[in-house]
Amino acid sequence: MKVTFPYMSNSHIAITNILEGLGNEVIPPPKPSKLTLSYGTKYAPEFACVPFKITLGTYIETLEMGADTIVSTGGVGPCRAGLYTTLQEKILRNIGYEFEMITFEPPSRYLKDIIRNFKKLVNKKVSLVEIIKLIWFAWEQLTLLDEVELESFKIRPCEVKRGETTRAYRKIVDIIAQAKNRDDLKEARKLADKIYSSVDRYEDVDPLKIALLGEIYVVMEPTANLEIEETLGELGAYVERTMFFTDYTINNAITDLFHLKGDRDAKKAAVPYFNEMCGGHGRESVGNTILYAEKGFDGVIQVAPFTCIPEIVAKSILPTVAEEYGIGFLSISIDEQTGKAGIQTRLEAFVDLLARKRKKKREEKIA
Amino acid sequence: MKVGIPRTLSYYTYYPMWKTFFEKLGVEVIISDPTSKQILDDGMREAVADACVPIKLYHGHVINLINKVDYIFIPRMVSVGREDTFCPKFLGLPDMITCSLENLPNLITTRIDLKKGKLELLKVFYSVGSIFTKNILQIIKAARASMISLKEYNKGFLEGGIPPLNLKRDDIKGDITLAVLGYPYMLYDPYLSLDLIKKLLSFGVSVVTPEMLSKSQKARQAPKLKKTLFWHYSNNVMRTVHHFFENGGIDGIIHVTAFSCGPDFIVDKLIELESRERNIPFLTITFDEHTGEEGLRTRLEAFVDMLRLRRTAI
Ligand code: SF4
Ligand code: SF4
Repeated sequence: MKVTFPYMSNSHIAITNILEGLGNEVIPPPKPSKLTLSYGTKYAPEFACVPFKITLGTYIETLEMGADTIVSTGGVGPCRAGLYTTLQEKILRNIGYEFEMITFEPPSRYLKDIIRNFKKLVNKKVSLVEIIKLIWFAWEQLTLLDEVELESFKIRPCEVKRGETTRAYRKIVDIIAQAKNRDDLKEARKLADKIYSSVDRYEDVDPLKIALLGEIYVVMEPTANLEIEETLGELGAYVERTMFFTDYTINNAITDLFHLKGDRDAKKAAVPYFNEMCGGHGRESVGNTILYAEKGFDGVIQVAPFTCIPEIVAKSILPTVAEEYGIGFLSISIDEQTGKAGIQTRLEAFVDLLARKRKKKREEKIA
Repeated sequence: MKVGIPRTLSYYTYYPMWKTFFEKLGVEVIISDPTSKQILDDGMREAVADACVPIKLYHGHVINLINKVDYIFIPRMVSVGREDTFCPKFLGLPDMITCSLENLPNLITTRIDLKKGKLELLKVFYSVGSIFTKNILQIIKAARASMISLKEYNKGFLEGGIPPLNLKRDDIKGDITLAVLGYPYMLYDPYLSLDLIKKLLSFGVSVVTPEMLSKSQKARQAPKLKKTLFWHYSNNVMRTVHHFFENGGIDGIIHVTAFSCGPDFIVDKLIELESRERNIPFLTITFDEHTGEEGLRTRLEAFVDMLRLRRTAI
């Protein structure tokens, strides 16, 4: 059995570790590339959202590399992601691949399936304690990855040499990926501090603050959003986003299990404008815009796949909200034709606009 | 007192019910004009650019009602049963309208969510009705009358006709039969669908649509899909397909969909793959604001000709 799974940001590092620890041969998904997207675009329906196309493309790449088992997650709607695998399985079989698709649904509805599916993935003798340790370690690894990513956002706008933070960050990710146990992680943490502190920085910068929100996959996966965070950072802006892998998992799996409502604040803030759960993160996009405005951010950028249903709803509401709260707003919709150059130009213009707005506001204050 | 109902989206499924209900409460009902270029253009201008045509059109129909009525009825259609919800764009519709349009009169945006059971419907009737009267008995009577109207309307479909297009059973006949699948607001809006159904009839083709199957006929097909779709109208479409796969009676399938429709990328591909497996001819017609009459006619004709040839060949 050769197992593979979809690619999202740094999560593949931890997922590979878990699957290997359970005794599987793993074919880790390669970082999505032009080729990935072109496979996806070729076989997916035209109006499929970009995350669907990228994951489909990834499956084709890994099946070509010999994978015979795909592990993925489902979901309960009302948005489409929960139905991805139903259709992807059919499309891949239609192309002629043979494989098994293991879809993990959220625990509250399908606990039995989860256990059955999980058993399929345990292919050596491991005790429950070992499994828990394995997952615990993966979790710590992911948390650290999220941490160092967050730090990179803070350092990048202050860097003296363009691109230095990104290089440092990549190096650190590699080191964390190599970690095999908790001591390694501690060591990696120390190294990360050292590497980051060697990045030359300007003192006393007060960067523009921009929040990134929108659909989870394109927000979190830099290749899908054409490295928006990096671009913004290099334009001198501080970028924050609400979604990180570890809290996404908490919000979706654990809160679902206990019937809790995740991201409560954002949802509550959205109520006056957007009064319904529409799946995806449309409502959080609206709520977070308000929260960021209250925190004094200069602007928000919504990134969403073209045809993304909840974000289209959000998009029709966001300009009103942004105006009422006096925060800049830009919406970027992403499909397979979106080019980096086009985005770069729009981001530059947006950053300029925010800078002018801020200046004006400050002058008004002084006067 | 006048209440306006936009002539699109859930209109085609429920309007006789709401019309009767309001009228029995002594409220005058104004339906927006039939879809026209003006209405579509208005919608295109005001709605968010990435939205599908039906949602844009809805904006246009709401604009058409401004200044004509005291209230516009824009219910938040969430669900009419336990297993699915409406497309998320329906769920967010009142919010989209409020943020995108100006000079709106009062809106009635009652939330309709019948997941917990039919009793919820009573609450809906009460909350809408109590805007206009304090007389509970009158509301109950109006509710009862409105359910009867809806039944009548649905009966028109079940008897083989298409009431919103004024077609009776006898108007729909031909040497070949096509399953014409899609959402009611696409199929039954003559402007948006460029009269697709009547075009087919004029070619001497008979059509069946999802509304023409009974609820239980569709429900029976539910287990055919490993995982139920999340959206109400989409399940209706899928189950209609499965019904015909099981029972035969059609020569081909036309799937009518809107450019950039969210749910339909899944629905369309599923139907395509499954009809290919069964060797049933399949055609997708995608509508957007630019779809041209001539192009559509040519494609439909070619498809029908192919079906006729196929038939003589067998
Ligand atoms: S939230 Fe958007 S991107 Fe995600 S599945 Fe739904 S439509 Fe696709
Ligand atoms: S189902 Fe499709 S066409 Fe209908 S509102 Fe949703 S996205 Fe638009």
